[in-house]
Amino acid sequence: MSRSSRPPWFLLLPALAGLVFLVLPLAGLLARAPWSTLGTRLGQGQVLEALRLSLVSATLSTGVCLLLGVPLAWVLARASFPGLGLVRALVTVPLVLPPVVGGVALLLALGRRGLVGAWLDSAFGITLPFTTAAVVIAETFVAMPFLVISVEGALRAADLRYEEAAATLGAGRWTIFRRVTLPLVAPGVAAGAVLCWARALGEFGATITFAGNFPGRTQTMPLAVYLALQNDPQAAIVLSLVLLAVSVAVLAAMRDRWVRT
Amino acid sequence: MTRDAGAKGLDARLVVRRPEFDLDLALAAEPGEVVALLGPNGAGKSTALRALAGLVAMPAGHIRLDGTDLRPLPAERRRVGMVFQDYLLFPHLSVLENVAFGPRCQGAGRRAARRRAGEWLERVGLAGYASARPRALSGGQAQRVALARALAVEPGLLLLDEPLAALDAHTRLEIRAALRRHLAGFAGAAVLVTHDPLDAMVLADRIVVVEDGRLVQEGTPAEVARRPRTDYVARLVGLNLYRGTAEGGTVVIGGTEGEHTLDTVDSLQGEVFLAFAPSSVALYRTRPDGSPRNLWRARVAAVERQGDRVRVRLAGPPFDAVADITPASVAELDLSEGSTIWAAVKATETHVYPA
Repeated sequence: MSRSSRPPWFLLLPALAGLVFLVLPLAGLLARAPWSTLGTRLGQGQVLEALRLSLVSATLSTGVCLLLGVPLAWVLARASFPGLGLVRALVTVPLVLPPVVGGVALLLALGRRGLVGAWLDSAFGITLPFTTAAVVIAETFVAMPFLVISVEGALRAADLRYEEAAATLGAGRWTIFRRVTLPLVAPGVAAGAVLCWARALGEFGATITFAGNFPGRTQTMPLAVYLALQNDPQAAIVLSLVLLAVSVAVLAAMRDRWVRT
Repeated sequence: MTRDAGAKGLDARLVVRRPEFDLDLALAAEPGEVVALLGPNGAGKSTALRALAGLVAMPAGHIRLDGTDLRPLPAERRRVGMVFQDYLLFPHLSVLENVAFGPRCQGAGRRAARRRAGEWLERVGLAGYASARPRALSGGQAQRVALARALAVEPGLLLLDEPLAALDAHTRLEIRAALRRHLAGFAGAAVLVTHDPLDAMVLADRIVVVEDGRLVQEGTPAEVARRPRTDYVARLVGLNLYRGTAEGGTVVIGGTEGEHTLDTVDSLQGEVFLAFAPSSVALYRTRPDGSPRNLWRARVAAVERQGDRVRVRLAGPPFDAVADITPASVAELDLSEGSTIWAAVKATETHVYPA
C-alpha cells in the first residue's frame, strides 16, 4: 500500500492540538532546565539514591505484578464462577481510586494496627509501613490492574483451540500454559508489564501515604521532585529531567524489543 | 457391532448432548483402516471427532482403542493424534519445534524429540522448512506439517478434521494424493471428517454417513455411491433416489401428489430404495413413440449449466427428479423454466435395493 491517504482537516487539527498539549509541558521542562549546573546537580548523592530506589522498586513491583497478575488475569479470562463480575470490578478499583486513598487503605490493612498488619507484627515482628517494602507494595497496588487488564484482554483474544491442539499432543495443563498460552499472549504480557512499570515509576500518592518520604529508604524520584519543588525549584527540574530521560529510554528500549506491531 | 474387549483398533459409541442436537454414534475401525465420517454441516461429525480426542465430555458411551477404554482419560493421555481443519500450528514455534512438541510432551529429550521431528518432516517432504515459522508456509505445506505433528506422537488413532477443506482446488488434488499415501502407511485406525464426497471416496476404506447426530448409512465408498440411503447422500453422489414398495418388477413410490408406479428389472419385495442417474433420464418435447416403460410429464423447475452438461431440475407431480442433458439438447427441446416436457427412464437404468 504505497498510496498514503491525507488525513482530513477535521481530524488533523484536533490531532495536532492534542500533540501540542502533550509535548508543551515537556518543552517547558527542557527550556527551563539549568543546563550549566546540570552536571554538579546530578552528582549529588540524593538524586542518585532516589533514582536507584525508584528503578529498583518499580522493577520489583512489576515482578510481583507479573507473578500474581498473570494468574489473576487467567482466572478472570477463563474461569467461570458466581461473582466473577464482582471480582473483575474489584480488580480494577485501584485504577479509579485516588492513589492517596489507596495509601490510606493500605495503612489500614497492613499498618501496625491494621487488619493484617497487627497480626504480622505480633506473629513475626514484621512492620511494613515506612519501609522500602512498603514502597513496592504501594506501587504494586496501583500498577497491577494495568497488567491484569492487558493480559486478560490478550487471553480473551487468544484462540483456545491451540491449547486443544497441545492437549492432543500430550501436553498437561502446566505445559500448555507455559509452552502455548503464555507465548501466545506474550505481546499482551509485555505491554502490560511496560505499562505497569511506568505506572509504578511515577507512583506518588499511595507511596507517600503508606511508605512516607525518607531519603534513601522510601523517597522515590516523584517524591524527591515534589519535595525539591518546595525549596529548590531548579533541583526539581533536574530531577524531573532525569525521570523523563529514564522513562523514555526504557520505554523506547522495551518497545523495540517487545511491543513490535 | 460389538467386539471383544481385547480386540485391536477402535470400537466406540460416542454420546454427546448439545442444545442443537444429540450425537449418538457407533463407530469402529480396524488397525490400518480409514473411516470417513461424511455428513452435512452441523451433523455432529466434528463433535464426534472431538469426543474421540477427549476435547468434549461424553455423558455415556465408550471409546475402546486396542482394548483400552479411553473415555475416562483426559485428552493428553489418549495416544490420539489430531489434524485440525485449519491446522493450528503453534505460531510462536518453528516448524521443527511444532513437530517436536508431541515427542517432548511424551518425555523425549530435546535432542531426541528434534531428531524424531526431523525424520517426520523428511517423510512429508518438508525437511528444508524445519526452521521456518508456520506463517511462512503455504496451505498445503501447513497441512503436511500438521500431519507430521500428529503422527510424531505415534498415535494408535489418527483423527483428521476436514483435512483438505482449507486448500484451493489445485493444491487439494496434490495434497489428497499425498494424504492417501501417508494414511496407507499408518498402522493405526484413522477417522476422517469431511463433507466432500470425493475426499471420502478417495481417502477412506469405509464411509459412515452422519445426519443429525445419527448414523444413516455405512459401507465401502462404492456401496455408498451406488446405493445411497438418504436424500443427502443421493445428492452428494448425484443420483435420483426414491423410497417405495417393490412388488413383482414394479416399485410404488410416494410422489408429490399421491403414489406413482415405476417399472424396474429387479424383482424384490417390500420396502426398497430406487435410484437412477440423472444422465439416464431422457427428455422429449412431445410424447415419444414406442414409449419406454417409465414415462411422465414434468414441469421444468430450473436449468443449470454444470461443466459440459446441463442439469435440468424437474418438479412433480408426479415426483421431483434431476436430468442431465447436453447443451445442444437444451436448444433442441426449447427448454425454459416453467415449461412442461416429457421425461423417461428405461427400466434397465433403474437400480433397486432393500431399504
